Amino acid sequence: DKHLRAQSKRKPAKKTKKAVVFFEVEILDAKTKDKLCFLDKVEPNATIGEIKSMFHKSHPQWYPARQSIRLDPKGKSLKDEDVLQHLPVGTTATFYFRDLGAQISWVTVFLTEYTGPLVIYLLFYFRVPFIYPPKYDFTTSKHWVVHLACMCHSFHYVKRLLETLFVHRFSHGTMPLRNIFKNCTYYWGFAAWMAYYINHPLYTPPIYGEQQIRIALIIFLFCQIGNFSIHIALRNLRPPGSKTRKIPYPTKNPFTWIFLLVSCPNYTYELGSWLGFTLMTQCLPVAFFTLVGFIQMTVWAKGKHRSYLKEFRDYPPLRSPILPFIL
Amino acid sequence: MASSEEDGTVEEKENNNKKRTKSTLATAWLTFYNIAMTAGWLVLAMAMTRFYIQKGTHKGLYRSIARTLKFFQTFALVEVGHCAIGIVRTSVIVTGVQVCSRIFMVWFITNSIRQIQSEESVILFLVVWTVTEITRYSYYTFKLLNHLPYFIKWARYNLFIVLYPVGVVGELLTIYAALPFVRRSGMYSMRLPNKYNVSFDYYYCLIIVMLSYIPLFPQLYFHMLRQRRRMLHGEVIVEKDD
Repeated sequence: DKHLRAQSKRKPAKKTKKAVVFFEVEILDAKTKDKLCFLDKVEPNATIGEIKSMFHKSHPQWYPARQSIRLDPKGKSLKDEDVLQHLPVGTTATFYFRDLGAQISWVTVFLTEYTGPLVIYLLFYFRVPFIYPPKYDFTTSKHWVVHLACMCHSFHYVKRLLETLFVHRFSHGTMPLRNIFKNCTYYWGFAAWMAYYINHPLYTPPIYGEQQIRIALIIFLFCQIGNFSIHIALRNLRPPGSKTRKIPYPTKNPFTWIFLLVSCPNYTYELGSWLGFTLMTQCLPVAFFTLVGFIQMTVWAKGKHRSYLKEFRDYPPLRSPILPFIL
Repeated sequence: MASSEEDGTVEEKENNNKKRTKSTLATAWLTFYNIAMTAGWLVLAMAMTRFYIQKGTHKGLYRSIARTLKFFQTFALVEVGHCAIGIVRTSVIVTGVQVCSRIFMVWFITNSIRQIQSEESVILFLVVWTVTEITRYSYYTFKLLNHLPYFIKWARYNLFIVLYPVGVVGELLTIYAALPFVRRSGMYSMRLPNKYNVSFDYYYCLIIVMLSYIPLFPQLYFHMLRQRRRMLHGEVIVEKDD
């Protein structure tokens, strides 16, 4: 690079033909070290994404989404945006390939895992046959809180589906296929378990009656709006089609002011929603689901918080991952 | 730049010292723990043998060793802690599953369902557990003392091939024998309606536990087989990617 610049300095008047140094790329299997592919005459400004497409042509069973290309067999995966000439490689670059397995798009996974609970809960709500004793088939609960709970639960998952379609901007396109089985088992299983008891003919309404249900509903709605506000704020951080990451800050919307204290307020509000739902239904399986969800979201929030701290030197020090000052 | 490099090496030396004291402490504790557990299971083995020789029957054998068994098997929970803090390099989940299944058998089956305590299947898995644990803990003890006799290594990585399935048979037969008593007594179960809006049927829970042996047992068994190939024959196994 320096050499070329020096050349152009010496001949300022003439238009210098920049000598393009083509790269050669060889791709080896990360485990067996077999040579899988050799690409010559690769442009120096080619991205890893483009190399993946070229690799896909010679090995059509490995579409780009399931390729993990790395500099070291045990190292981190390179990003699609990484440019060949900016990597620490010579003009013959050696990359290692790992098959990530069959991939499925995030949107597909989200839509499937959220539609399940929506439908399943309604099956229990309408007391479809073979769930409860036959004399209760297609009857409705005599408790109004059960109807309210159904509306809240359904609203929650419809909101999630709409957010998946219109709000979220995903930084990864795909995830491993086996995740959809794992995730759907979790969501669908818990939805069925909760719905069974809430819509059961022998359901017992909350001890403190209307008072309890009213407070629970307020908490639930507050956190639903909060969660939605955060999703909108995060979406607006990222221009369409980009994968840039920026520090989120509070906006004019009061529900986003929680960004002052928390890195992942979407998880905070989500926890709040489910606490509200637990209080509303007074159902132990719901409490259990809330607990498990809280544990998982805390793990995610801590990871996100850590990567924020690593990436941004000026990250606000007052923020906690998920619970203000606590966690 | 230079000063931060210096700080770096001083910090490194401090960290190395900390690591050294931590690992000596860890080694001392682990050695004590493994010796104690070997001794405990040896005591159990001797008590069981003595009972059988003196009484000629296995009826009442469980009751005579119940307290010792509960103590040493429950104490094994600390092994999960060892993995969690990293002084033992095994997966927390694998250890957790193994210890939990033992705790479950001891506390939630044999301890709480008195009618099955004189079943033969109980003796079956007790014998298997005793032999397995004595071998395992003495293996760890000798390894920590850097003086591992080959026969202990051989025993640890070969006896399980027979003992593991036999133990599973003993455990499953015991749970199966317990089913009618659980159903009749309705123990550990909760029915609707109640203010927590939940129900639990221990009977069906046990059936699910029995079924869960089907996917779990082969995984643990093949894990041990892979360990065996690695430890005895030094084969390089290409691990399955997660």
